[in-house]
Amino acid sequence: MVTKSKQRTLIELKNVKKYYFMGDNVVKAVDGITLKIKEKEFIAIMGPSGSGKSTAMHMVGSLDIPTSGKIFLDGVDISLLTESRLAQIRGKKVGFIFQSFNLIPNLTAKENVMIPMTFQNQSTEESLAKAEELLELVDLGDRMEHYTNELSGGQQQRVAIARALANDPEVILADEPTGNLDTKTGEMVIDFLKKLNQQGKTIIMVTHDSDLAKKHADKIYWLKDGKIEKITKR
Amino acid sequence: MNLRLIVLASKNIRNRGIRSWLTMIGIFIGVAAVVALISMGQGLQAAVTGQFAALDPDKLIVTNVDTGFGPPGSTAVKKLNEHDKELIESVNGVDVVVQRLIRTVSFEYNDKTDFKYVANIPTEKEAIEVIYDALNLELEKGRLLDENDRRKVILGHNYLSDDFGKSIRVGKKVIIQGEEFEVIGFLKKTSTFILNGIIIMPDEDLREILNIGDEFDILVVQVKDRNELPDIKDILEKKIRKDRDLDEGEDDFSIQTPEQSIQTINTILDTINLVIVGIAAISLLVGGIGITNTMYTSVLERIKEIGIMKSVGAKNSDILTLFLAESALLGLVGGIIGVIIGLALAYAAASGISTAFGGLEFSISLNVPFLIFAALFSVFVGTISGVFPALQASKLNPVDALRS
Repeated sequence: MVTKSKQRTLIELKNVKKYYFMGDNVVKAVDGITLKIKEKEFIAIMGPSGSGKSTAMHMVGSLDIPTSGKIFLDGVDISLLTESRLAQIRGKKVGFIFQSFNLIPNLTAKENVMIPMTFQNQSTEESLAKAEELLELVDLGDRMEHYTNELSGGQQQRVAIARALANDPEVILADEPTGNLDTKTGEMVIDFLKKLNQQGKTIIMVTHDSDLAKKHADKIYWLKDGKIEKITKR
Repeated sequence: MNLRLIVLASKNIRNRGIRSWLTMIGIFIGVAAVVALISMGQGLQAAVTGQFAALDPDKLIVTNVDTGFGPPGSTAVKKLNEHDKELIESVNGVDVVVQRLIRTVSFEYNDKTDFKYVANIPTEKEAIEVIYDALNLELEKGRLLDENDRRKVILGHNYLSDDFGKSIRVGKKVIIQGEEFEVIGFLKKTSTFILNGIIIMPDEDLREILNIGDEFDILVVQVKDRNELPDIKDILEKKIRKDRDLDEGEDDFSIQTPEQSIQTINTILDTINLVIVGIAAISLLVGGIGITNTMYTSVLERIKEIGIMKSVGAKNSDILTLFLAESALLGLVGGIIGVIIGLALAYAAASGISTAFGGLEFSISLNVPFLIFAALFSVFVGTISGVFPALQASKLNPVDALRS
């Protein structure tokens, strides 16, 4: 493994807190997290359910705004951005992969992959060509015109990977990407993520599977009660 | 505008299948109603105006009218009489005054009886010419009535068709109000549908069989110089008022120029059109609320989808555009279908009316700018109806939306 000390910082969280106010109760989903993620890293965020790992990931992916603290994405403080600017940056720099795939039903695999490009105002021809290319990459060249309900779980997750890559983002955020898959297809998905990491993508994977995290991630953040409990490196 | 979003919107509408159609029914009923009624309204206006085309611009029409003060019913209207006729004849510039009677009578032929309109032909040669000229009467068969004819009639074009089991021909005898008349001619088919079904008989005969005394329904005033028509109208009004001892504003008579008659009808038709458009507007409003309802349901069902789109970079404005495009498309398709159905209804109704009134030329005016406007207005209704649901969709928090 190459040394990563000279890599630039892609994402930085400074004392980030996310509180939910429910009546008189305050739920501290994330309670003061500070971390730096460098480019080309493969990071895992581990923790039991309710530890705040998903909330943390949403904020890392600029899908959510912290209650307090600062988040820098490529040096830009996202809390200062307008909604439309934030959406633009999110669409361009971050690719999401979800546990439940989150493909849009009623759209074909190809149309699903085209969606992120639609919101970056890419021409239809470019989007079509890129979507086909990406689906070939995830070995779904023969499933492009299939609707999501005609695809197996593993195939759906590969469509989701293709979608995450549509705008050629620097960061891939994977929230329990193998959670709904059997071991074999899960491994296949992880292999894709590894391959992408080797090609230079930064991977942030949220999981509760410690074996998976230990086996693949360069660095693991262990979360508990909204705080970083420990950091382990491979 | 992002074209891909519109493609996506149309796909979403198609995916909702029957629900999209049901939503559009609300809109296209409204549009179809407006298109059908407006198209027919213009046709109706043309047809009714056509009824008056026979009137010449050098004639005044004098009638007595209900003042609104008397008890309801026709008895309240005093009939015009010989005295009125003489009074009008005495005015300078008046050429001929023709008395007109238009009544209904029983008409019997081949043992079959029906009720028909009958009109009189005056017994003076001059007046006969005025009437023939005014009504633009042309003969299909036989000859016209002249001042010496008695117990003879001319019949409208409709009598030539086989309504009475046995065809009526020139020289045949028919029974009118129990009296025997000889048919001496048939009129050509005209665009004035009343004329196609009319019986024309000498004034004296008509008075006799219906027991009519000294009264007229209408007096047609032929002036010598048509440029004097407005002046003569004023003089006549003053004279009749003085004769009947009335103040201005208490008139129980009316003098109309042919243009005024057409205007009166047009005013009535305009009012009818306005009412129709009002009803159609309510229908469109209800249709619009239907779209709003569908779009709200659609937003609720697709919260997760909205979250997904936001997570892959959709801006609030993109989501807004997508949902507005969907409701606008519902309006557009609904509008286009509405225009087509409306035109079909109008043509069907027009051919029905033309058949029923035989000879009434009721044609649909195909007003293309209006049809385009109707479809565009439907798009407008659709878009407006989608504003609130689309705003709701666009403002969803992506994390909450994904979690649903």
